[in-house]
Amino acid sequence: MTKKLREALVTSPSFIWLTLFFAIPSLIVLAFTFHGHTANGGVGEWSLSTWRELVDPDYPVIVWKTIRISAEVTAWCILLALPCAYAIARMKTKWRAIVAGAIMLPFWTNFVVRVFAWKTMLHPDGWLQHCYFAFLQFRAWCFEWLPPSVRGFCVWSGLASPTPPDPASSTILDSETAVVLVSVYTLLPFAIMPLYTAAEKFDFSLMEAARDLGAKSFYAFRKVFIPGIRQGLVSAFLMVFIPAIGSYVIPQMLGGTNCVLIGNKIFMRAIQNRNIPHASALATLMAVSVFLPLGCALWWRRHQAARDKREVEVRAARLMLGGTK
Amino acid sequence: MRRSFFSMTMLGLVMAFLYVPVILIFAYGFVPNGVSMSFFGHDGRFLGFSGKWFGLIFSGHYSVRPLLQSFWLSLRIAGLATLVSCVLGTTAALALHKWKSRLQSIHYGLVYTPLIMPDILIGISLLMLFVASGIECGFWTILIAHVTFCVSYVTMTLLARLQDFDDRIIEAAYDLGAGPWYTFFRIELPLLLPGIVAGGLLAFTLSIDDVVITSFVNGAGTNTFPTYVSSMTKHSRNLPAVFVLSTLMLLFTCALVGVSKFLTSNHEPRRKA
Repeated sequence: MTKKLREALVTSPSFIWLTLFFAIPSLIVLAFTFHGHTANGGVGEWSLSTWRELVDPDYPVIVWKTIRISAEVTAWCILLALPCAYAIARMKTKWRAIVAGAIMLPFWTNFVVRVFAWKTMLHPDGWLQHCYFAFLQFRAWCFEWLPPSVRGFCVWSGLASPTPPDPASSTILDSETAVVLVSVYTLLPFAIMPLYTAAEKFDFSLMEAARDLGAKSFYAFRKVFIPGIRQGLVSAFLMVFIPAIGSYVIPQMLGGTNCVLIGNKIFMRAIQNRNIPHASALATLMAVSVFLPLGCALWWRRHQAARDKREVEVRAARLMLGGTK
Repeated sequence: MRRSFFSMTMLGLVMAFLYVPVILIFAYGFVPNGVSMSFFGHDGRFLGFSGKWFGLIFSGHYSVRPLLQSFWLSLRIAGLATLVSCVLGTTAALALHKWKSRLQSIHYGLVYTPLIMPDILIGISLLMLFVASGIECGFWTILIAHVTFCVSYVTMTLLARLQDFDDRIIEAAYDLGAGPWYTFFRIELPLLLPGIVAGGLLAFTLSIDDVVITSFVNGAGTNTFPTYVSSMTKHSRNLPAVFVLSTLMLLFTCALVGVSKFLTSNHEPRRKA
């Protein structure tokens, strides 16, 4: 058996499977975006009408909302995960494995069942509802103090609601807050794990050095620890942001009609409205908003590696020059 | 070693946040009233714990029969998907590890991209494939979909294991006159088995957990456990039964992982020797 033939033989099972059931279907989706749709739920002639219809005021709002909510979820996850990763990395080796395992353990319960448990907890009679309403009132009170132009921007971007909270209509179930809360809950381990692996490799004597030189704890954390684990930060960002963009179940079960994201719209168009070209176009948009940050992160990583290499070379050159002097 | 009080407190709070729903799932498996989902009566009196949901599940009562059927379907699909994706994943990892050609870089792209693709995109593209080729959705389409996303995870797990695999062992086998088939089945495969088991466990949990992709390709009337649960409403009477089932599953998974940890930790000294 020649080498080439053996390689082809070992490669072919997975290669053929993934081509058939991953690559070709993705291309079909892309092809469908260049078709119109017919009234009876079929796919029409080749045309650009689908892309033109995407300007429909509905879609840009949904895309923006998805990106905003994903950004919120990512920010919360990283904020909560940073001190956790720091705390775990400072533990003794035996404890680290136990705590890391304990963080993953809840995620062996079925995902849908966990979301259902949240649904039960967020019930309008529950105590979380009271906390939520108090939070809304507090937030409205905070926004009172802002200058009108900033307040206007917050209302426009969806960060604040223009009217004061009303006890009858502001339930936490079927609200954006519920979606953000439960998304943070499900994605938090994916932020903790990469940050923790980066923190584990971090040399904590650097922080002690910073403290010896007079830095306060938080200053050392911000100026030494955070830059030291930036690779982990980028991984954590990707691990949370990408699934958040693609989330479908959580807004479906907890967001009601107030929180329809791209994922829900794709499902609606594909299954309920039988408008396959529109579903395909939205799916393409989603893929773009996933691959864009990923591409940026990969470029940044390569750029960083190149810079580090250059720095080493410059230093080496300096050393050599110093040596010849 | 210096510990920061703030970060330890945050870790404690985050752990509480992660565990509250799990404890709730466990507790609501014992709820006496399945409609109000409350441990208290209308007059605020504590009603105590009830084991009736466990009874319903173990006796296979007709009211939980659709639930049990969906659960059984999930188990069958997860088992088959694990089996197929382990075979495909092993060959893929071996090919990616052994050869560094142009073909393999395309192959790597094919294996890697499903990992970053959101589930919903995999789901819709498969649905369109099945619609375009006129395949009726049901058991087989769910299985195909699950294998497709599991292969990548199995391959990546194995590829990580293969990095500290000593390739000289294979060369030694060839030098001693073993053929490629004998080398693969008697030397490579047994050495890779812990990695394959780890990948298979991952595939099984992913398959049994998946709801998004399945809800695109399941067709009418075929429900796995997750899609059945997600189609339930708040007021379906069987919610505590669902909680009981997932508590049992969690215990089962813990036991399985504990056993596999025990087995692999027993293997390690022998491998080093």
